[in-house]
Amino acid sequence: MEKGVNSTGEGGNPLIRLDSVTKVYPLPAGDVTAIDRLSLEVERGDFVAVMGVSGSGKSTLLNLIGCLDVPTSGDLYLNGVNIRDLADDPLTELRRDTIGFVFQQFNLIPLLTAYENVEFPLILAQGGNGGPVREEIVNRCRAVLASVGLDESLATHKPSELSGGQQQRVAIARALVNDPDILLCDEPTGNLDTRTGTTIMELLAQMNRGGKTIIMVTHDPRVAGYARRRIELVDGRLA
Amino acid sequence: MILFDYARRNIRLHWFRSFLAVIGIVIGVVAISSMGVLGNSLVLSVSESLTTVGDTIVVYPQSGGGPMGGGGTTALRITPRQVDEITRSVGTNIVIPVHTGADRVIVGSENRAASLYGMDPADIPEILDLEDGIFLRSTTGAMAGKRLAEEFDLNVGSTVRIGEDGERVRIVGILKERGIGFDINPDYALVVSDRWFESTYGEEGYNLVVVKVQNLEEIDSVTTAIEDALNRRTDVVTVLDTRMVLQTILDAFNSISTFTTAIGGISLIVAGVSILNVMMMSVTERTREIGIIRSIGAKRREVMRIFLYEALVLGLIGSGIGGVLSFGGAYLAVSVMLQSTTYLFVPSSLVYILYGMLFGIGTSLLSGLYPAWRAANLNPIEALRHD
Repeated sequence: MEKGVNSTGEGGNPLIRLDSVTKVYPLPAGDVTAIDRLSLEVERGDFVAVMGVSGSGKSTLLNLIGCLDVPTSGDLYLNGVNIRDLADDPLTELRRDTIGFVFQQFNLIPLLTAYENVEFPLILAQGGNGGPVREEIVNRCRAVLASVGLDESLATHKPSELSGGQQQRVAIARALVNDPDILLCDEPTGNLDTRTGTTIMELLAQMNRGGKTIIMVTHDPRVAGYARRRIELVDGRLA
Repeated sequence: MILFDYARRNIRLHWFRSFLAVIGIVIGVVAISSMGVLGNSLVLSVSESLTTVGDTIVVYPQSGGGPMGGGGTTALRITPRQVDEITRSVGTNIVIPVHTGADRVIVGSENRAASLYGMDPADIPEILDLEDGIFLRSTTGAMAGKRLAEEFDLNVGSTVRIGEDGERVRIVGILKERGIGFDINPDYALVVSDRWFESTYGEEGYNLVVVKVQNLEEIDSVTTAIEDALNRRTDVVTVLDTRMVLQTILDAFNSISTFTTAIGGISLIVAGVSILNVMMMSVTERTREIGIIRSIGAKRREVMRIFLYEALVLGLIGSGIGGVLSFGGAYLAVSVMLQSTTYLFVPSSLVYILYGMLFGIGTSLLSGLYPAWRAANLNPIEALRHD
């Protein structure tokens, strides 16, 4: 495995640091250890592909870094903040302001238009309403949609009226709209044909070149080839 | 506003089940408002028909007579000596001893029973008002209550015979309509002089004594003074402060009004259960969506707001329609029950429509509270995995 050599996070710390992180899911049939004493550092601007077979702990790792879950033991630092110490609201704020998610199934909100899907996280960051900075929000959303190459005429379409590739572009725009440090991508090309998948990966690589730190879960070695480094998980540990 | 708009769109997407939930709220609001308006109209119409006798104390013998009169056959009486004691105890306030009874009143071929009141002619202007003619001045003659005069077609100067073999008496005046009073009810009665009453029926005592209090603030002290004067050893008389009686009656009608409104409220509870059901279905169907919203940075309270907005929109629509239809419902209820809509368009009645609408919105929000809480507390990872 190759170690990424990039600029470090604020104060000289890595942007993401896992220190002997363990995640155990208590189940009726017995505890399942999804991540087992994993230590990892990701520098700012890195592009890491996380690989491994099903059940190896890839998604759990992504959820932990994405602040959707907290470690059972060990410490996970994002920008120097230990997420284990955070209550739900600060954890959500950290996720909202630092992380952007891109999912395999796009996960757009079907009731909202492409534009509104992109606008949603920005409005959440403003406290739930468009309010006095409405113009700023509109400009930001338009800029982000343009940066992912989505035709402006499609902005008023509902997700069901868009192709898979277009939906994933909207999802990437949504992930970028709050200008997060980190993009977490879970099989971002898994539901796309090869050609569209290639376009999306080129878009992600472009984002990375623009300074975004990307952690991407994938099974596909060709997709993983876009990353600066790969890590492989086996039974919740680095291989 | 996007959160509100998002909630509104979800209601529109599932318009049919939202419509059914709204119908529940509409019915609840109409029921609660109509019953409230009906109850209030009932109280107002009763209050109106009762003579306001706030300045009156009525004294009647213990276990005899009664506040509504008609105790002609009761053996217990207030003696002239007791009347003197009352007069002494109340100072400068006016004391009016009254004989009450009933007899046949015959006018031409018409022969009916009617109430009779015997009073000192000098006292009559103190508690009764004149519609036509003059007040009684001598021991002979009589005054007719307004309703009795209408029934018998009596005018000033008409003569009536009191009792099957009784003497003829000339009507000198017609009294103004007084409504139901706690002291005397002369609308269907003849008022004669006390002397005439005593000589005709051989009565010595009085059935009741009315005390008109000049200064309302003295009512309590005057009541106590009469009690102290006559009920020293045993309770000889009952002293009734008419304000309390009026209050008791109004309290009873208010209780009836509250009860009927509460029955209307039951339908609102049913509507609340319907909203709860719709909202729970919405949470279950949108579990994945909730996971997405959480993953893009929505806090628990923001997720909660989305669902509470949905409940609020349902409540606002239901209460709005219900409020409009309540006018019709209340009009129908009041028309059927009271045969009059006089008290429908008064603020104290209309406020029940506002209450009904507020209850509708409140019920809706309350019903949405648990589903919203559940949505807000879903585990984001599990929610994202949900199909």
